[in-house]
Amino acid sequence: MIHSDPIAARVASCESLHPGLRRVVLVPESGGLFPAGSAGAHIRLALRHGDHLWRNAYSVVSPPNCRDSYTIIVRRVANSRGGSAYIHDHLKPGDTVMVDLPVNLFPIATIARKHLMLAGGIGVTPFLSYLPILADNKVKFELHVCCRGDDVAVFTALLAAWPDAHVHPDDGSPALDIGAVLGGQFLGTHLSMCGPEPFMAQITATAAAIGWPAARIHQEFFTGATSGTAFRAVLAQSGITIDVPADQGLLDALEAAGIDAPYMCRGGACGQCYLPVLEGIPEHRDHFLTADQRAANTAIMPCVSRAKSATLVLDI
Amino acid sequence: MTIVFKPTETYRDDFTYRNSETAILRFPFPFHEDRYMYSVNIEPHLRGGPTAAYDAVIDIDEHYIAECRERALTLAADPKRCQVLPHMMAAQWDTVELLMESLSTDYPKHFTLTRNGDNWMWENRPLGIKDSFVFGDASTLSLPPFEYITRQAQGDFSLQDQRDGDLWMDGGMITGQADWSLDFDVGMSFKEWHGPVPMAHEMGVFDRALQFLLRLQHGRPVRRLNWTMTINPRMDTSPENYPKWGPDRLSVTPENVAQKVHLRVELQTLFRLPRSNAILFCIRGYLMNLQDISRVEKWRKRLHRVLRDLDPALADYKGLPRFKPMAVAWLAQFDDGAPIAPGTSPDQTTAL
Repeated sequence: MIHSDPIAARVASCESLHPGLRRVVLVPESGGLFPAGSAGAHIRLALRHGDHLWRNAYSVVSPPNCRDSYTIIVRRVANSRGGSAYIHDHLKPGDTVMVDLPVNLFPIATIARKHLMLAGGIGVTPFLSYLPILADNKVKFELHVCCRGDDVAVFTALLAAWPDAHVHPDDGSPALDIGAVLGGQFLGTHLSMCGPEPFMAQITATAAAIGWPAARIHQEFFTGATSGTAFRAVLAQSGITIDVPADQGLLDALEAAGIDAPYMCRGGACGQCYLPVLEGIPEHRDHFLTADQRAANTAIMPCVSRAKSATLVLDI
Repeated sequence: MTIVFKPTETYRDDFTYRNSETAILRFPFPFHEDRYMYSVNIEPHLRGGPTAAYDAVIDIDEHYIAECRERALTLAADPKRCQVLPHMMAAQWDTVELLMESLSTDYPKHFTLTRNGDNWMWENRPLGIKDSFVFGDASTLSLPPFEYITRQAQGDFSLQDQRDGDLWMDGGMITGQADWSLDFDVGMSFKEWHGPVPMAHEMGVFDRALQFLLRLQHGRPVRRLNWTMTINPRMDTSPENYPKWGPDRLSVTPENVAQKVHLRVELQTLFRLPRSNAILFCIRGYLMNLQDISRVEKWRKRLHRVLRDLDPALADYKGLPRFKPMAVAWLAQFDDGAPIAPGTSPDQTTAL
């Protein structure tokens, strides 16, 4: 079907799983059904509080076939742009939020003979929607979640129904022998991971050393921090100059100036917000551009990337 | 909208397929200017466009019943025209949902979908079908879900899985194709199945189209047009049956060219499927002979200019060289060379 977004959603419930983790259930404001999503999909919420507008993406943790509600789990992020703090401190049942249609940048690898899933902390959320689908498809899987503190009890409870899901408390010593897990898989296994960048970098390096084919490795990145050093963006076609402050991202600054720039994931992964760079050196923080494209410094993904130079001239 | 169907017309043997005046005026004529070259001519698939063929998400017309019967005949002779690889079961159900929701929404007089949780009831009045089934449980349908629903739609359909930064043709219902084979292409990547197309690779068309499609989003389908020419109103111009239709090209004469030579337009729509994350590619074919095209002044002049000046490599790929000179000569009688309005709408409300 043809859908138009954003969709108005009503907060049906907010529940603290522990002081840093909140579960929010959204239902269609006008009744009826939400569009279906797929395992690994995320939704983006537009959260408005006073003059602030946040657009934050969260994995949908409810089963993909469930169309009467979307459930998300939100971690309170220290030093965040404020969206997660708003959800924790202000969002309440009955509130209306605008939701974009589900987008999936982390789909299940359909031809895998077995799924090995590795999650770091809140990186468990996309896998919560994988589990019922993998079970329905009767495909082998193994999920390992490394976490610490209050997360241990909460994730253990969330995964209690799945004997192939294992929670590894990280109490300072290595929580999980990644080399042993990666080395003990049979051919045709696909590895999917989601977690902090150092966690995924270590797994990727270990997998490469063992000889895992790159095509069998899939990863979902958290929305990266967009803050950094202040710089100036010059829009060559319109002659507009925008000062991008230290605590605001380039795409956010463009939007605040009334520029209708394309975007989708706001996490540097999808490629939708690609902008040509005429002058200046971008500070690339995305996962989309190739190494050659980064080195050329002729393009930037403004949703996450910033500038190393004082000024960046964009061809828009 | 109530459509008056023509259930007895045929796409083979005696070829009784004809277009009514309504069908002529809703034809998705493909040439917006006087020349044609490949481009990434993709636009959002929103309801509405230059003709009524763009009004529905999934278009049906007066040929619906006859085309579904033609598909059944082709499948009976060659069941491999419908194949879906085993990992695409979620995409099969996504297709069922998309087609049933679209048809029942756009044509409520002809189709009804009643849902009670996963218990669905589907009524297709033109084809006399009324079935209850459990959505997601293939054992409750008489056919595999994708075959079940695409037997009830006009046009061909292929299913593309997305993985490793590429699209893979991992299923399809292809009975009305312009000389390509699902049985040959199934399992191929995007550039592999487009391998035979001339020039477009060098132009970078497929690089850009693939990057665009990998980012296609659920709920925001896109469309494009493609075209070729076919002798007789024949749906099944497959490589498998080349001996049956290839010789038709030799049957064209200056006397019968206007009746025999058909412009075959494909209104292609692409949908991201919600559960499987696959892409459904719908290839909805429309056939109209030169005689019918000549009933729209703008179209007969423009088709003359496009065919006359067509790049020879393109004409060769589309299989036109044997009869193109006769078609150009016949169309030339209508073309005074005066400028024509841009765009593809007919710009007239009755056929000449």
